[in-house]
Amino acid sequence: MAEKHKLLEVKGLTMDFGGLRAVDSVSLEVHEGEIAALIGPNGAGKTTFFNCVTGIYNPTKGDILLHPKGLPTRRLNGLKPNKVTEMGLARTFQNIRLFSDMTVLENVMIGRHCRTSAGIFRSIIRDKSVRREEQEIVESSYQLLKKVGLAEFANEFAKNLPYGAQRRLEIARAMATEPFLLLLDEPAAGMNPQETAELDQLICRISEEERIAILLIEHDMKLVMNISNPIYVMEYGKKIAEGSPQEIKDNPKVIEAYLGEETEEDA
Amino acid sequence: MLKDFKQSILISIWFVFLTFPLMAVRVNTTEQMVEWRWMTILWVAIGSFVLSYAWRYFLAKKQLKKKDDEEGGKHSKLQLLMEDMNFRYKAMGVLLVLALVFPLVFDTYQNTIMISALIYVVLGLGLNISVGLAGLLDLGYVAFFAVGAYSYALLNYHFDLGFWTILPVGGILGCLFGVVLGFPILRLRGDYLAIVTLGFGMIIKVVLENWSSFSFGPSGIANIDKPGLFGMDMNIDSSTIYIYYIMIALVVFTILITNRLKNSRIGRAWIALREDEIACVAMGIDMARTKLSAYALGAFWAGMVGVLFAAKTTFINPASFTFMESAIILSIVVLGGMGSILGVILGAFILILLPEYLRAFSEYRMLAFGAAMVLMMIFRPQGIISGIRTKYEYKELKEETDNG
Repeated sequence: MAEKHKLLEVKGLTMDFGGLRAVDSVSLEVHEGEIAALIGPNGAGKTTFFNCVTGIYNPTKGDILLHPKGLPTRRLNGLKPNKVTEMGLARTFQNIRLFSDMTVLENVMIGRHCRTSAGIFRSIIRDKSVRREEQEIVESSYQLLKKVGLAEFANEFAKNLPYGAQRRLEIARAMATEPFLLLLDEPAAGMNPQETAELDQLICRISEEERIAILLIEHDMKLVMNISNPIYVMEYGKKIAEGSPQEIKDNPKVIEAYLGEETEEDA
Repeated sequence: MLKDFKQSILISIWFVFLTFPLMAVRVNTTEQMVEWRWMTILWVAIGSFVLSYAWRYFLAKKQLKKKDDEEGGKHSKLQLLMEDMNFRYKAMGVLLVLALVFPLVFDTYQNTIMISALIYVVLGLGLNISVGLAGLLDLGYVAFFAVGAYSYALLNYHFDLGFWTILPVGGILGCLFGVVLGFPILRLRGDYLAIVTLGFGMIIKVVLENWSSFSFGPSGIANIDKPGLFGMDMNIDSSTIYIYYIMIALVVFTILITNRLKNSRIGRAWIALREDEIACVAMGIDMARTKLSAYALGAFWAGMVGVLFAAKTTFINPASFTFMESAIILSIVVLGGMGSILGVILGAFILILLPEYLRAFSEYRMLAFGAAMVLMMIFRPQGIISGIRTKYEYKELKEETDNG
């Protein structure tokens, strides 16, 4: 583990909303090739943590460092979300945020925005290079749809997709930004067991084939224990445990957080 | 159906009951007797029944259609026709020929009306960029129109600059004002944005009215030069025809450019911004740039067509740039169909030409206008023609269908 390249390094991240400390000095690392998971009871501050990392919130304290391979380290604090995405860190949302009145293909094409360059004047003139770029956007987006198994829906409106497919579309859209680290916020929320199993495979495939490291928030323990290592556990804004699935399962603090106290018999 | 019928009869009875004292009973004070007007009450009964039944019928029809849409996503016949490129080119050719022949057939009065309709087409298409595509509700759009008009009027008055020099300058000034307005409202959305743009529209008008040394106040600027053609002297008729052709060219130019923008990387970013701002930035789109470009490009057209407006009327004053104008332009976009170029063009023609030709009913104009808007929002909220999504071609499609 230790010799693997460190991609994301969060040190002592703290986020205050007025008097409320939503995230309290949480540290976390994601290495190359890993599928890391962030778990914890509702309201533990997981999504806030994600929002801080992806630039939607500006954290009160702490450092978020990104170490892209072959590039200098960048500090993400206070960067705008689109800059963070440009740096290679893409995310999905807990409550699905697709562009519902755009087609499935277009949703993915939006993800290509930050990797393409046609500006206003070039779009008006629409010369050869712009047309080629457009075609490249369409082709690569379609390939991504195939990868997540949504190719047949390419021309449907995103809002007409079944729920599980919408979740996969969010992943495809995030992957279109060519990230090296993908943050998934409860990708399996609201899915049935079969859909969850498919998602399970999809995440593993992304990790292996695309060489994208993944950090996910999830409540589905089966999914988390199956695919992720390491696991970080948060409660009341604090990190209470980290380690391999086995270590987490046996950690008394985690059991307490999830099941309450008096764990002698219950656990 | 039977249920609707029963309901409608009940409604009709209820209306008869409610309006009975007003409509049926009349005290004739000269002859000291009560008149019973049974015919009037019969008309109330029939009228309320028909209206109520029609209302229910159309609502039910809309519900059915909604189900259809959810299942198959069917488009109306008109939209399917529009997707046929061959038909589209033919239709465009016919329309262009008609437009070119128009001034030769009709008189100056008709031409003038048509010019103002075309001005609103360009305004609608411009506003369509910020409202229809980028979803930035702008209630002060007429301010950019005023910027264009005054920039021509003032530069023409002080420096004697010609129409063709100012035409692009007006557009660029409109653009600049769009950016100036855009900066402070980058963080706003929805209602707040609408209020600020409303205020901006008011500010421009108040400044024009009160800064007399600059804009000549409410009395306005007169004797603005009409567009010249190699220094030729033109009488009113021929100069109207000339302006008409300039306007046609401007409309074609606008359609061409807005269409390209709409189907480009920038256009997609605008639509994404309209759909979900947070997801949009999280996907790597620079919100500030996208918003500003939508505002600036929307304002560009207003500025440009403002120059033409000043040249056409040869007289402008702040009264031409009231909130009412903004509201009409916004109605054109909403009625026509947000984001749809063809829809906006149709909307402009309907909203500008109908009142002109139905002058006899001008007392009822606002009434009809309001009723049309309400009905439109209930039965066809997406506008006359909703935006057609571009179909993208991708290589794998063929193989897939072959294999399947």
